[in-house]
Amino acid sequence: MHIPDGYLGPLTYIPLFVIMIPIWLYAGYRVQKDLRSKQVPYLALAAAFSFVIMMFNVPIPDGSSGHAVGSALVAIVLGPWAAIVSTSVALVIQCFIFGDGGVTALGANCFNMGVVIPVSAYVVYKLISGKSDLTSIRRLAAAAVAAWFGLTLAAGVAGTEMGLQPILEHDASGLPLYMPYGLGLTVPAMVLSHAFFFSIVEALVTVLAFAYITRFNPTIIWDYKKFVKSQGENKPTATTA
Amino acid sequence: MDRNLTIFLIAMVALIVLTPIGLIATGSAYGEWDSDTIQQAVGYVPAGLQSLSGLWNAPLADYGFPGQGDTMADATPGYIFSAIVGVVVVGGLVYVAGKFFIKKDSDQ
Repeated sequence: MHIPDGYLGPLTYIPLFVIMIPIWLYAGYRVQKDLRSKQVPYLALAAAFSFVIMMFNVPIPDGSSGHAVGSALVAIVLGPWAAIVSTSVALVIQCFIFGDGGVTALGANCFNMGVVIPVSAYVVYKLISGKSDLTSIRRLAAAAVAAWFGLTLAAGVAGTEMGLQPILEHDASGLPLYMPYGLGLTVPAMVLSHAFFFSIVEALVTVLAFAYITRFNPTIIWDYKKFVKSQGENKPTATTA
Repeated sequence: MDRNLTIFLIAMVALIVLTPIGLIATGSAYGEWDSDTIQQAVGYVPAGLQSLSGLWNAPLADYGFPGQGDTMADATPGYIFSAIVGVVVVGGLVYVAGKFFIKKDSDQ
């Protein structure tokens, strides 16, 4: 899902950079405000994890390949703001050192993988998990569905950005200047390959790591204190909940 | 060091060592084709795509050493080296910035 240079024209990549600036600033502010010094090594690990998990390319039957992103897991464990920051750092380094994702498309890629995945996954996770126990099956299912949904939605967004190019950017004769395929091809290609393959990998990675963390290292979860408090309060206030 | 942190660091090293599994997938991702592939698919290379595509020359392009072979055996050392560089640089940047900006635990 790392859109290279040349696939998006300036009418798409400039607005996406502009959108990302306040998101980066606010996410940085929230991470600084919400996380504690003790959690910094885990934030660093989260960014490194996102980087390395994206190297596990998965081949699929149509001959193409793709990968998980890991930012749904980070959003659930360290919060969506931390996931925006950690995934963006991984994407910036992938772009400049490894040529994965274009320099002009960096705003788009950070939006798709660094914002759409963690924010949508976090919302789905919260909706499904509700007030269930930290180690409940329902919470695990919530993490899995959230990861699947987040990556699939991001694939649809990336497919939309690419598929808009023939409409937005073409020469006088109507020949596309950037991505030559329209929405009717790009959106189904991106959504289906993710929904049936890569998002399932994302869900598996997320649920395995989340099961481990909730059972063996739950205190690193960003809202763990709130969680313990609400668990404690759940008994007397169960009827009002 | 914190025992839990040690476990995560060991897991990270394991992931780095396992990254060459990702080389099994030889096909490119959708929308990440090179110019030749686009030429073959649609019969031309879009002008904007042509002019932007060479914009940046990454030092470890495609997570490998420059000029290495295409076989999995040839690509493995560069791929693992890239994983190490990426994990150290990405993790290191976040760690240093985090320690600088995020307040100490004592006020919590």
